[in-house]
Amino acid sequence: MTLLDVSDLWVKFPTRQGLFEAVRGVSFSLGRERLGIVGESGSGKSMTGRAILRLIRPPGIVEADHITLEGRNLLDLTEKEMRDIRGEKISMVMQDPKFSLNPVMRIGDQIMEAYLVHNRVSRAEAWKKSVEMLTDVSIRDPERVMRAYPHEMSGGMGQRIMIAMMLIPNPQILIADEPTSALDVTVQRQVLDIMDKLVKDRGMGLIFISHDLNLVAEFCDRVLIMYAGRIVETCSANKLHEATHPYTRGLLNSLPRFDQPRKHLDVLKRDPSWADAPSEKGHA
Amino acid sequence: MSMIAVNGLDVWYGDGRDLVHAVRNASFMVAPGESFGLVGESGSGKSTILRAITGLAQNWSGIIEIEGQPLSPRKRDREFYKRVQMVFQDPYASLHPRHTVDQVLSEALNLSGFKGIDRRVSQLLDDVGLGGKFRFRYPHQLSGGQRQRVAIARALAGEPDILLLDEPTSALDVSVQAEILNLLTDLREEHKLTYLMVSHDLPVISHMCDRLAVMKDGEIVETLTVTALRNMQAQHPYSRSLLEASVV
Repeated sequence: MTLLDVSDLWVKFPTRQGLFEAVRGVSFSLGRERLGIVGESGSGKSMTGRAILRLIRPPGIVEADHITLEGRNLLDLTEKEMRDIRGEKISMVMQDPKFSLNPVMRIGDQIMEAYLVHNRVSRAEAWKKSVEMLTDVSIRDPERVMRAYPHEMSGGMGQRIMIAMMLIPNPQILIADEPTSALDVTVQRQVLDIMDKLVKDRGMGLIFISHDLNLVAEFCDRVLIMYAGRIVETCSANKLHEATHPYTRGLLNSLPRFDQPRKHLDVLKRDPSWADAPSEKGHA
Repeated sequence: MSMIAVNGLDVWYGDGRDLVHAVRNASFMVAPGESFGLVGESGSGKSTILRAITGLAQNWSGIIEIEGQPLSPRKRDREFYKRVQMVFQDPYASLHPRHTVDQVLSEALNLSGFKGIDRRVSQLLDDVGLGGKFRFRYPHQLSGGQRQRVAIARALAGEPDILLLDEPTSALDVSVQAEILNLLTDLREEHKLTYLMVSHDLPVISHMCDRLAVMKDGEIVETLTVTALRNMQAQHPYSRSLLEASVV
C-alpha cells in the first residue's frame, strides 16, 4: 500500500549565479517499508526529505506535480493544515540531537509538548505516556531523564529522546535524516534496532536518509541512490552490492574494506553525463 | 629507538568535583616510519592523547618521549613543532576564514624559519595535489576535501617527522575520504613520516595503520597488529564487539 507518492519534485534556490537546482525532478513512492536515500553531500537527499514536510522556506522554491499523502496533495494545504500533518502524520528526526532539542527546556516538557499539541489530555496522562515512550526507546531511568536538560545527555541518549519525541504522536511516516551519523558505531546499532522495532510494530513507513552505503544496505528494504539532485539508480537493499551504475560502484569501491587490504583505495571518477541522465523512478 | 613512546600516561581535565580522568595509565610505542592507530568511541580519550602530546592538554603525568627525548607538560619549543604536527578533524574549523591558502602556508613556513617561501608554498601545494590555482583562494572557496589538503600542507610545512592525525576524514564523503587516505599513504612513503592516527572507524584505521590500540573509558584495553585484527584474533571482548559492529 502506498503511503506517500512524490512526483516530479524540484527544489530550487535563487543565487547570484542564477537558479541553483538542488533537487531535479525526483519521483518515488513509499509504502510500509524502510526506504533508504543515499548520496554524497550536495546530492539533494536532505532537501528531498525537507521538501516533503514543506520545511523549505522562501526564497527556496519547491515545485512538484504532487506530493500525495492519503489522497491529499501536501502542496495545496495551508500552513495551518500543514501543522496538523507535521508530527501527527509525518515526523522527522534530524542528524544532531544537540541542535534539535531545546537546550533551556527540560526533556520531559519537550516530549510532553509533542504529545499535548496533538492530543487533548491532561498533563499527568502526557507525563505517563512520555515515560512509556522513553522506556520504548530503551532509556533506563526515564523519570530522571524527564527531569533532565539536554546537555546532561550523551549523543546516543539525545538521539533516542528525539526518536521518542517524534514517535509519540504516532505518525505514519518517519523521515530520518542521518539519524545516527553523529553517533559511535556501537550506539548506532542500538538506535537502529530501536527504530527498526518501532517501524515494524507500528507498520510505519520510514525514509532513511544517509551517506553510509553499508548501513543502508543492511538496514533498509529499498534504496534510491541520488547524484546531483536526481535518482541515478534504485535497487532493493540486499542487492546494493550488485549495483550497476558507475557512480554507485565508485562509491562502494572507495570504501576501505576490512577483508581486502590494499595500498590505494579506488578514487571515484565523475562522469558529467551522470548529472544529465533523466531521473530514475523510485516506485516500488 | 622508538619515535613516540608513551608510558603510564594520565590526562585529566577540570578540578575538584568536576575532575575528569580522560586517559588513565596509557602506554604504547610507535617505531620510526610506522603508522599507529587509536580507536574507540567518543569520550574514550583517544584524541586527548594527541592533545597531551602536542601540548594542547597540559594536565598530564607519566612519560611521553619523542625520539628518546622526554616532553614536559609545559609549553613546547619551536624545535618540537618542527618535528611534530597535527591535522584536525574538521577542515571547516581548522583554517582561518579570512586568510588565503597562501597566507596560511606562508605563515607556517615563516614560523619554521624557512627561506624561499614563495617557492616552498607552490611545492607544498603540489605535494598535496592542489596546484597553483588554489594558492590565492579563501577557505570558503574550497570544498571539504580541498580544505583538508590545505591543512595537511600546513602540517607538512615544517618538514616534520611525525604527523598526528585526529579523525582526518570523518567529516568527508567516502569518495573524498578515499582521495585523502591515498594522499596520506603516498606522503608517508615520500617523506618517511611516522603517523599516529585517531579514528572511530575501524576499517579506516586498518587500512592506514600497521598496529593499533583499542581504547575504552580512557584506558587502552588492547594493542594488536592489523593483521591479527583482520584474522579476528582480537582478545578483549570490547575490541571484539567493536569489530562486529564494523564488519558488515
